[in-house]
Amino acid sequence: MSDQHIKLPEGSIEKTTTTLNLGPTHPATHGVFQNILELDGERIVSAEQTVGYIHRAFEKIAERRPLYQITPLTDRLNYCSSPLNNMGWHLTCEKLLGVKTPKRVDYLRVIIMELARISDHLICNSIVGVDSGAYTGFLYVMQYRELIYEIYEEICGSRLTTNIGRIGGFERNFNDIAFQKIQKFLDEYPDVQREFENLFTRNRIFMERTIGAGPISAERALNYGFTGPNLRAAGVDYDVRVHSPYSSYEDFEFIVPVGSTGDCYDRFLVRNEEMWQSMSIIKQAMQKLEQFKGADAEVYHADVPEYYLPDKKDVYTKMEALIWHFKIIMGEIDMPKGEVYMSVEGANGEVGYYFISDGGRSPYRLHFRRPCFIYYQAYEELTKGAMLSDAIIVMSSLNLIAGEMDA
Amino acid sequence: MALTNEHIKQRLIEKFGDQLTAFEEPYGMLTFEAPKELNLKVLTFLSEDAELKFRFLTDLCGVHFPDNTGKELGVVYHLHNLEDNVRIRFKVFADVNKPDIYTASSLFSSANWQERETYDFYGINFIGHPNLKRILNVDEMDYFPLRKEFPLEDQSRVDKDDEMFGRGGTLGFGTEKTDHGTLTEDHKHNVNNEII
Repeated sequence: MSDQHIKLPEGSIEKTTTTLNLGPTHPATHGVFQNILELDGERIVSAEQTVGYIHRAFEKIAERRPLYQITPLTDRLNYCSSPLNNMGWHLTCEKLLGVKTPKRVDYLRVIIMELARISDHLICNSIVGVDSGAYTGFLYVMQYRELIYEIYEEICGSRLTTNIGRIGGFERNFNDIAFQKIQKFLDEYPDVQREFENLFTRNRIFMERTIGAGPISAERALNYGFTGPNLRAAGVDYDVRVHSPYSSYEDFEFIVPVGSTGDCYDRFLVRNEEMWQSMSIIKQAMQKLEQFKGADAEVYHADVPEYYLPDKKDVYTKMEALIWHFKIIMGEIDMPKGEVYMSVEGANGEVGYYFISDGGRSPYRLHFRRPCFIYYQAYEELTKGAMLSDAIIVMSSLNLIAGEMDA
Repeated sequence: MALTNEHIKQRLIEKFGDQLTAFEEPYGMLTFEAPKELNLKVLTFLSEDAELKFRFLTDLCGVHFPDNTGKELGVVYHLHNLEDNVRIRFKVFADVNKPDIYTASSLFSSANWQERETYDFYGINFIGHPNLKRILNVDEMDYFPLRKEFPLEDQSRVDKDDEMFGRGGTLGFGTEKTDHGTLTEDHKHNVNNEII
């Protein structure tokens, strides 16, 4: 006899654990992905992750687009620090095409990349605070992310999905307002960062919530393909900026901070220290920019007419510029054949581009190495046996960005 | 002694003889091809050899060459020796009709999802994988979208009524009457691609 109207799955009455769907649109996930948690009371027995809710087939779309139209796709990977992805993409193209960028361009790029790193880390760290119940820090730092976005706006016109830079350099020179705002950021942000750290670093509640939450050993972290701050928190000093310097990072002095236990607290500390290091790098870059005088101080792109769009006023007045413009826009310029892997130190780790070119106009195959996607696998191991509230903090301190995971 | 590409190649040839082919160095990264049966042996050798120490799997992805008969589908491994800071790339290829390749997920936990992704997009069957199912696409999908037999839509097609994006539209933006009352009327009459 069937007097039961709701069909329950087999064995669900006898089951002693609770299934909880954390996501896909749970406020604590900060993005669209799902965790199916099996809970015994408040303790996590197992966690199964589902990703792919915002998969947009970028790798397929890229197979038909010219290089400069792929930059906006890379914006949408880790959208908290789009300039880092953009620069990684430009550097990949430049490596393939053999374009050498002038020093001034490298330094301008370093400024933008480090600003992006700060804007990503400050969101991640303040969200760890929010998820442990401390909202104030988030408000303090958020206005400086706004300032960073204003700097992007001065340079490229947009804020979140920046599409900043071109192959060989930037689309335009930084204007005075941009430099003033960078200077303003450098002058004002250290105090805010110090205040933020005062609120959290030795805060007893915060420490008890985060110390020992989601720890990972260096060996396991490497096996799981961790990179970036999450790997460094486990004690491995791997940083792409140091190991394979790009964009003249070898000219800068900075420290690679490492943690020891790989738990949420160490990840928090590593990110904070990285922000200080980023500020120091930006300062150094600003000083280095002052050494360029006269015409050198106006250089903002490499001299590569084959790949870099000429000025609009030249297109209308000069025959040669018009020809290059036409050739670039119509995709008349073929790329060299070959395959190249290039990576940059993104905010979450090594953002890599594996690019196979068959000599045509678009990539034959383009694969994005997305650090989030790779280390999110470790989430089950990190949270097994932990409390539900720890699982939330682990998720935010890993800095999982749905856009990056799903490509 | 610094680990040079030449030295790595030497060590590999000593161990595997002429089974490894297509040694190249595009943009400075040592690249080679291995028979697909050997992929785990090569990965194990690379990570356990006292000199080579390629213990970090940076990236794993699929690739499809439809003209490469018998070796259409490939898996590309990017490995990194973090101590000496050397990267290498190696590839295995399989027949598109029988794309079976051993899983590396027992060696590298990071390979788990990356292999699922490769299966999802290329249909490469990783033998021994603990949970080989689709990851980014919907489970009901019955094809492998990144294979080359699925070209992207031809951007010059005109049969598609896509008026908001200026492709064969019927609304005729810019020519419609400014009077709001008649715009919908015009639209109703022009569903068959007539020029206003």
